[in-house]
Amino acid sequence: MAVINLDHISSNPLLPEVKEVMIEAIQNDYHNPSSQHKAGEYAAELLENSRNTTAQLLGAKDSREIVFTSCGTESINHAIKGVALANEDKGRHIITTNIEHNAVIRSLKRLSSQGFKVTSLPVDKNGRVDPAEVQNALTRETILISIMHSNNETGTIQPIKEIGEIAREKNVLFHTDAVDSVGIVPLDVQKLNVDLLSFSSNTFYGPTGVGGLYVRRGTKIFPLLDGGVQENNKRAGTENLIGIIGHKKAAELAMERMDSRFEHLNNLKNLLIKELPQYLNEYIINTNLEYSLPYLLNISLRYIEGESVMLLLSEEDIAVSTKSACATGSLRASHVLLSLGLSHADAQGTLVISFGWENSEEDIYRFLQALQNVVQTLRAMSPLYKSA
Amino acid sequence: MYNEVVMDHFKNPRNVGEIEDADGVGEVGNPLCGDMMTIYLKINDQRIDDIKFKTFGCGSAIAVSSMLTEMAKGKTLEEAKQISNKDVAQALEGLPKNKLHCSNLGADALHMAIQDYEDKKANVSRPGPRRQEAHEHAKDEKCYCPYCDVQISEDSPDFCQACQRELSEEHE
Repeated sequence: MAVINLDHISSNPLLPEVKEVMIEAIQNDYHNPSSQHKAGEYAAELLENSRNTTAQLLGAKDSREIVFTSCGTESINHAIKGVALANEDKGRHIITTNIEHNAVIRSLKRLSSQGFKVTSLPVDKNGRVDPAEVQNALTRETILISIMHSNNETGTIQPIKEIGEIAREKNVLFHTDAVDSVGIVPLDVQKLNVDLLSFSSNTFYGPTGVGGLYVRRGTKIFPLLDGGVQENNKRAGTENLIGIIGHKKAAELAMERMDSRFEHLNNLKNLLIKELPQYLNEYIINTNLEYSLPYLLNISLRYIEGESVMLLLSEEDIAVSTKSACATGSLRASHVLLSLGLSHADAQGTLVISFGWENSEEDIYRFLQALQNVVQTLRAMSPLYKSA
Repeated sequence: MYNEVVMDHFKNPRNVGEIEDADGVGEVGNPLCGDMMTIYLKINDQRIDDIKFKTFGCGSAIAVSSMLTEMAKGKTLEEAKQISNKDVAQALEGLPKNKLHCSNLGADALHMAIQDYEDKKANVSRPGPRRQEAHEHAKDEKCYCPYCDVQISEDSPDFCQACQRELSEEHE
């Protein structure tokens, strides 16, 4: 039986159309886009074509505002460290939230160790930050706000537009980590009032190894990588042209199919939410259903632990992700789930279920049936279940 | 991730359940790291006649519980006291390093259950077996660095002072 992939948040398979253009690109032996002979110029043209498509995807006015990177993590590191170092004469205070991705958390930790001050804001029990809290956290020293567009564990979407308005009014730079949103939900850097936005091509079925950073024109930022003058002097190093060509195709298809994909994914999510009570009791939905990504649902199954659920589902050829402490390298409960007010025990039973375009309703039913059996088996074994 | 022996005990755990009128019950738990185990004993003539377990935890915690019950069944109490967590891990032909401390608590639970039995027999009154709320354990339980096995300070739970590594979550 084919494996049912309900773990698209970890990785997405390449679309067949993307594979096709990438294989062709490999065969074509493209030259270095920085070379000034004809072969180089042709490569540069392909690079710029992809940049234009990306600008269109993000609603950027000028394609020079797009910087290609190697991944979402690099984009985030670049945005945060590049802005902090280029603007520290104005102040050394940065605002963020308690539920960011580690790329943000650890970039800020690094800056903290260099003397920057970081204010990390809590989220409410629905997983959202209050824009008024951002306003209150601002000081004369604040140079940057970095708040994620959607959360990689819960799928909950933040009020970025409202926070952007505050940042704009106070003349503070605003970065959003939109790695799990771009290419999935309609999103426009002008409407969101952001100065910097990180994305990753793999989120919308493009290749891994291609990410990008939107940098609004006029934003003071240092490169993370120094060297040549590639990427309008913002990111040195010969471009990953084959990946960037594949990314262009993925971005085109994301725009073309955004509505139909959104509908499909959202239907799957709603079906799962609707059917869950027929198969399970005593679970907690950690995703804010009013403001969330269409392709992700985070649930905590009480009295059992997520890694064992994930492993038993894997035996049934179903792939999901878990956020239990046992399954992470650190053996620590997820900071995102604890921020939502979950107890350690409940956080342990957390599954992240994420769909892709190739999933069907049948997949959801097969998953639910398997999950019901797994939960029954594990609860029968759990000392916590009896005491409930 | 896990070897075949561990997977076998995880998928087909032996001796799952409770013993209604158990002679001894032992509980260990650490929901901060993720696992809780309860061991039930039926003792006859200083020998473990029956043993059952209930476990909340990851694959290795369940496999450890299952293997431990197989190892202890039929042993005299004195023999059972000699079983160590390390013995259980060895019988499982090894566990991932980061699971050795947090999930490998089976022998501790067994020893507590034997203690419980002996206390009852000697009429020592103890408040047990306890079944505390998960989070009540959190403060006095310990966690260990998955990289160097040194105990992690509660003051800086995201950082191992010994090997200077950050312990936040893995990347998606």
